[in-house]
Amino acid sequence: MYEFTYHRASGLRQATNLLTKFEDAKPIAGGQSLLPMMKFRLASPSNLVDLNKIEGLNGIELTSRALIIGAMARHAEVHTSPLVQQGIPALAALAGLIGDPAVRHRGTIGGSLANNDPTADYPAAALALGATIVTTKRKIAADEFFAGLFETVLEPDELITKVSFPLAKRAAYQKFRNPASRYAIVGVFVAKRPSEVRVAVTGAGSSGAFRLTAFEEALKSRFHPKSLEGLTVPAEGLASDIHASAEYRAHLIGVMARRAVAAANG
Amino acid sequence: MNATGGSVTGIGAPVRRKEDFRFVTGNGRYTADIGRPGQVHLHFLRSTHAHARIVRIQAGHASRMPGVLAVITGADLAGDKLGPLVCGWMIHSTDGTPMKMAPHPALPADTVRYVGEPVVAVIAETPEQARDAAEAVVIDYEELPAVVDPAAAQREGAPQIHEVAPRNTIFHWQLGDAAAVDSAFARAASVTSLDIVNNRLVPNAIEPRGALAEFDPGSDSYTLWNTSQNPHVARLVLSAFVGVAPEHRLRVVAPDVGGGFGSKIFIYAEEVVALAAARRVRRPVRWICDRSEAFVADAHGRDHVTNAQLAFDRDGKILGLRVKTIANLGAYMSTFSSSVPTYLYATLLSGQYAIPAIHCSVDAVYTNTVPVDAYRGAGRPEATYVIERLMEVSARRLGVDPAELRRKNFVQKFPHQTPVIMSYDCGDYAASLDKALALADWAGFAARKRESETRGKLRGIGLSAYIEACGIAPSQAVGSLGAGVGLWESAEVRVNPTGSVEVLTGSHSHGQGHETTFAQLVSGRLGIPLDAVSIVHGDTDKVQFGMGTYGSRSGAVGMSAIVKALDKVEAKAKKVAAHLLEAAETDIVFENGTFTVAGTDKAATFGEVALNAYLAHKFAGADLEPGLKEGAFYDPVNFTFPAGTHVCEVEIDPDTGRVAVARFTAVDDFGVVINPMIVEGQVHGGIAQGIGQALMEQAVYDEGGQLVTGSYNDYVMPRAMDFPPLVVDTTVTPCPSNPLGMKGCGEAGAIAAPAAVMNAVTDALGTEDVPMPANQLAVWRVLQRQPRQAAE
Repeated sequence: MYEFTYHRASGLRQATNLLTKFEDAKPIAGGQSLLPMMKFRLASPSNLVDLNKIEGLNGIELTSRALIIGAMARHAEVHTSPLVQQGIPALAALAGLIGDPAVRHRGTIGGSLANNDPTADYPAAALALGATIVTTKRKIAADEFFAGLFETVLEPDELITKVSFPLAKRAAYQKFRNPASRYAIVGVFVAKRPSEVRVAVTGAGSSGAFRLTAFEEALKSRFHPKSLEGLTVPAEGLASDIHASAEYRAHLIGVMARRAVAAANG
Repeated sequence: MNATGGSVTGIGAPVRRKEDFRFVTGNGRYTADIGRPGQVHLHFLRSTHAHARIVRIQAGHASRMPGVLAVITGADLAGDKLGPLVCGWMIHSTDGTPMKMAPHPALPADTVRYVGEPVVAVIAETPEQARDAAEAVVIDYEELPAVVDPAAAQREGAPQIHEVAPRNTIFHWQLGDAAAVDSAFARAASVTSLDIVNNRLVPNAIEPRGALAEFDPGSDSYTLWNTSQNPHVARLVLSAFVGVAPEHRLRVVAPDVGGGFGSKIFIYAEEVVALAAARRVRRPVRWICDRSEAFVADAHGRDHVTNAQLAFDRDGKILGLRVKTIANLGAYMSTFSSSVPTYLYATLLSGQYAIPAIHCSVDAVYTNTVPVDAYRGAGRPEATYVIERLMEVSARRLGVDPAELRRKNFVQKFPHQTPVIMSYDCGDYAASLDKALALADWAGFAARKRESETRGKLRGIGLSAYIEACGIAPSQAVGSLGAGVGLWESAEVRVNPTGSVEVLTGSHSHGQGHETTFAQLVSGRLGIPLDAVSIVHGDTDKVQFGMGTYGSRSGAVGMSAIVKALDKVEAKAKKVAAHLLEAAETDIVFENGTFTVAGTDKAATFGEVALNAYLAHKFAGADLEPGLKEGAFYDPVNFTFPAGTHVCEVEIDPDTGRVAVARFTAVDDFGVVINPMIVEGQVHGGIAQGIGQALMEQAVYDEGGQLVTGSYNDYVMPRAMDFPPLVVDTTVTPCPSNPLGMKGCGEAGAIAAPAAVMNAVTDALGTEDVPMPANQLAVWRVLQRQPRQAAE
């Protein structure tokens, strides 16, 4: 780890001011991605702005139409929250699949979405559930939020404050893990909403999580695994590494999507 | 008189490990915990190229950075007149020429030969300063073509890695009778041929390696604390070959060590550089390997490419075995690398079977990869994988039950001389096979397979009836085979006046539980409480000499040395007791910790006799020396031959290729067991590593020589959740070759499991063409080749 200056922000305004003031400043939430990168000397921000002492960023709220989760809510909180389990049980289950207990007790939903790791779980949920990401500046639809590998539309001094997930009629997430890192090789989140079906895939894309419109169309008429039979995903453009070729990922997307639909139907 | 509490706890008691309280409460004392006043920190700048000429090293700026005390290059070290690192086991090629051992300087002078090779050492006040300065060192490289595949390394036109080794071939060695094998194959009714790759593994001990070197100018002597499995051997090599200092001016201390699996046997460049640096900067120099660094700093394991053929007669009796192996030894010959694919491998190819003729040829090659050396099992897992895959495949081809084919060919009479040096002293292979089949419910497999099918899953079962050679080894025998050292062990038993006992052993415990098992031997033998015995090991200033711990030798060899010393202690104590009890020495009987005069009620406890040995009031110095302390060296008369049967059952998800180990049963014959609980733990750990090799672990290099699996993001380490509950049991045929009847248990799981797992996977998939590790991608690819009904 290289030396850096640590700032503990007490409020959002102070945090965004610090981020504006120092050109290569980075906000730190749970730090479960950033700190390992810094320890490996692969990231070297000169200034770290700690968001952990800012109040009011970790609440979870359930309304008749949406589940609203504060940006600093830890994965373990989302996983165990009765409100999440009641509102969108698939989301609570997903949070329990992230990392290990230590990661889940530090890592945050806002941090995960802002980091946009192509193998992270939350981006699939945000896309499939049609979430809205609320920031210090604006509200951004999930469809507009992700902008490629480890990239989002967030500006350097813009912070996520909360994420609003519209309640789905049915939803489920299926994760197929990389045997080494245990991140998703393929993760598929399916959601049946009043007006549409959404299918989002993480782990497989070479530029991050994406929606699978062909699957969505097929499931719209009948939300059943059989509706996906015969549908294939082109391997072209999918990620390929020693753990999974693009062809294997394409195949797994079909398998995990069918399993997710089956799970959503209970 | 008992020095402490506790009770007598002898051989066979499943007592909890004495050392664990220290470990689990954070009171272990590892190399990284030592801490010396004024210590400074060493960081290695390592090669980023697989093969390159060093054009220039610019270190001027780095050496002036804050906190930096020294920047050391290969050229600097050459001035210190240190010898190269050596391989201590001489192998001769078939044509009589010695192996092509290339120079291996601690830091290279002109050429780097693998990614991760240490090139520049930076010493600074803090670890961060050393790392910062290392980043400021500029090395200009001229890249050279690299080769990582062992078969490709021998081809015409492959990049030559060392001048001494054309076609990168270190030796072409053979064992056995080629003509007899040819003749056996000529009259065979059937032949099974198999191409096998034994995947390269990274050891991954929980404690990374480390070294803390201190130089004392007053006595012109060094102390090295390091993570060694064999500190005396480290001292010997560092003294006699590297020339750091004469043995009497070099102390090596291996304190608590967190696992080794072989990777901490070897003498590495880092220790040499730390010692040299300590003399330069006149401060204690500390190097602690980090986890990422360990992937390239520790010797790797396995990495064989083999073709093997097994010939049968009409009745399913084995006629002959022919094996050709290319062994990848990496970029340099590590300390014992040459012995692993030769005398620790080909000598075990007979397995549990009476095979009339065996021939094995081995080519050892250099490649631009991390050096390869002994890793848990060392040669024996490779041999077991060859013969046990062949047996299973043969049974399938011949349409016979794999257990019955094995049974038909088992060695029945002992001693049994194999065609490949080894003479098996005892065993009952049918007993362990029968017990394993029963515990695994072999007969119920068909029903379980049908049940799996109803869930769309593929189920398979596989056997592995392994044998290994432990207790290495008779010194004269290994000397005749090229070993540079004797493989005896030493012990000293020091009885204190208050009756407590210290045992100094040349064995080294780094997870094996010697502080408990060795103490059990003494407690039971002397009739004193377990807590009255302490085991001292790992310090060349305390223990006079020892050969260390590897190859499951500490029980069979190390404890046998203690037995010898205890015999002497008892003999001396009887003399003291005779004076104390005013009886003839021949009338003294020692039982249950008490000396009695036969036929009388006169008695003295062990503690009373110990006290009187030191008081020396009851005998004249002219008759008997005071004191009670005896030492012994024990040289084994033979290897020991643990053997057994492991049964694995897997269930495969055909949609994803994922293999789950559904059941695993191990029945091992380790001879007499000292502590069943510790043995069970050793077996569990070995099986975990064996299943890890079969399904998960693999060091992958890309064509350019970069280690793709250089972290846990890509190197698949097994985790507890990857295993079902393991069913572990034993059979016992006491070993006739040592006083306690022990054989050794440390490596059995890693040796037996890979073949059992792969036999199960290939059974489930219905094809033998499955690579190891059978990870989900590999299995999915196999399934893609097979048209089948999609399972939902």
